[in-house]
Amino acid sequence: MTEKELTKKSIEYRKNILKYIFYANAGHTGGSLSCIDILNVLYNHTMNVGPENFSSPDRDRYIQSKGHSVEALFVVLADKGFFPEADLNTLCKYKSHYIGHPTRKVKGVEQNTGALGHGLPISVGTALAGKLDNKKYRVFTLLGDGELPEGSNWEAALTAAHYKLDNLCVVIDHNKLQITGTTEEVCNTNPIDAKFESFGWAVKHVDGHNFHELKDAFDSIPFVAGKPNLLIAHTVKGKGISYMENVTKWHHGVPSEKQYEEAVAELDNAMITIPDDF
Amino acid sequence: MGTDIVIEQGKAKTNLDVFSATLQDLAEHDRDILVVTSDSRGSGKLAPFGQKYPSQHIEVGIAEQNLVGVAAGLASCGKKVFAVSPACFLTARALEQIKNDVAYSDNPVNLIGISAGVSYGALGSTHHSLHDFAVLRAINNIIIVAPADNFETGQAIKLAAKTDLPVYLRFGKKVMLPLKEINNDEFVFGKGRIITDGKDVAIIATGETVYPSLEAARKLKDQGVNATVVSMHTIKPLDTSLLAELAATCKAVVTVEEHSVNGGLGEACASYLLQHGISKPFKIIGIPDEYTVTGSQQDIFNHYGINEKGIAAVVLELLK
Ligand SMILES: Cc1ncc(C[n+]2csc(CCOP(=O)(O)OP(=O)(O)O)c2C)c(N)n1
Ligand SMILES: [Mg+2]
Repeated sequence: MTEKELTKKSIEYRKNILKYIFYANAGHTGGSLSCIDILNVLYNHTMNVGPENFSSPDRDRYIQSKGHSVEALFVVLADKGFFPEADLNTLCKYKSHYIGHPTRKVKGVEQNTGALGHGLPISVGTALAGKLDNKKYRVFTLLGDGELPEGSNWEAALTAAHYKLDNLCVVIDHNKLQITGTTEEVCNTNPIDAKFESFGWAVKHVDGHNFHELKDAFDSIPFVAGKPNLLIAHTVKGKGISYMENVTKWHHGVPSEKQYEEAVAELDNAMITIPDDF
Repeated sequence: MGTDIVIEQGKAKTNLDVFSATLQDLAEHDRDILVVTSDSRGSGKLAPFGQKYPSQHIEVGIAEQNLVGVAAGLASCGKKVFAVSPACFLTARALEQIKNDVAYSDNPVNLIGISAGVSYGALGSTHHSLHDFAVLRAINNIIIVAPADNFETGQAIKLAAKTDLPVYLRFGKKVMLPLKEINNDEFVFGKGRIITDGKDVAIIATGETVYPSLEAARKLKDQGVNATVVSMHTIKPLDTSLLAELAATCKAVVTVEEHSVNGGLGEACASYLLQHGISKPFKIIGIPDEYTVTGSQQDIFNHYGINEKGIAAVVLELLK
């Protein structure tokens, strides 16, 4: 997909994220908007996975450890044809499988997540199985930056390096915010790159909203043969909606009707002002 | 409506609000009161606490095992520690820290499980705590408390601050109406609180299920069935003398909890009764052992009959 096409897709995705959060009157808005460009590139450029090969043992895997940003995942899975988009009208309703975190009851979801700090160990196991079976698939894992203090991440980071899992790529959605405030004031994890490098990982930084940089980075996996890959994606929480950008309370804020319309107008405007040349 | 069951509307708050206000009162007079959070101060309504008493608030980030371990260390140095995190993560992720560092090592941490049971509704099973009574009941040296209304919550927090034993306290986040209009009850851990009296059936409930139990009692009264409703706020140590007394005087016993039917209040009661040769028609109302239905807390309660109608129906069936 060209960068222009990806740009259009992300605008559509953002509109849908907001639409379904608005309908459900619940959702993790800011973090879905910060990671959506990453999911867009993964599902529309990088990964070899779709409804047609989802039961194949050779498919690439995506595991979303920051499960709360489920709206981003559901919107992309619907677009990929895993299920009809209209299903998302039942988001968070009684008896719906579309709940506030990823579950395998929804086609396309690899693992049930939502409690932070689980995605990486599961991903390590999945990547390790690939190595043991001589498979070519890769495992992509999305972590939140606020999630990093969970000790399980660091335990798994050791295992990944120990087993030289260069088929594993962790992306950190580095939006610098969590529920309470900035990650720096809640629990400073900087420097993230040096920590992972010292654990034996190969690390790259990208602008997590720049399709060119994201594509290039994913195309260059493994960054270093024999080392697990970490991509630190610098993102903006609430990206695309001015009044949400970098504002802590939009972690799980639901827009009012007026705010919703304002957000849609901003995205519609972004759509008509996409430059021709990329 | 039965004249002895009058429920005052009005000033009711969430138990969470009462918790936060009570803790601020305590902290003002006691510099050893500490709150430890794991990116949970907003969910715990503790932002004002942190602003007022910054030196009495410790933040560990999203790291519940660390939260409980740090709290244990602080408690070992004489601090009166409240470790606050969603009940689901606190009692599952940090279970070994609770077992070893708090209970076994006798470090009297107050573990506060917020948004307990199915309070998180449609966020799903990762966020529900339907296992906490069960796992903690199997651990020696910890008091397990689920206050029902604002009165019980305020009392429980104050008592926890004074108690030398580890305490686990869990509550939800919805507004809880007072269980009694006029209330002179004494609040002690391990003593059930009788909300209303009746000789036909004993409904022994805990936490946010006491209120619907009271509504069921009101409905049953209209049908000529008199129920005793107990808020069994302390799951461990269980008020077995009250339980035995009620089982002796009533024709049936029903328990109600926002917890798995496995290993919670109901099974604690059943175990005591059976082992003491007391046999009465008995039923446990709770969340069954299945993939929990999805939806809001109220949807889930309604689905499993944890409401006025469902509880009353179980009672009538038992008394048939
Ligand atoms: C084990 C665990 N602890 C706490 C939570 C509650 N929680 C959900 S999202 C969140 C903040 C996450 O911050 P971050 O990882 O930075 O996510 P993002 O900014 O991308 O939304 C917290 C504390 C959780 N889901 N799991
Ligand atoms: Mg973040």
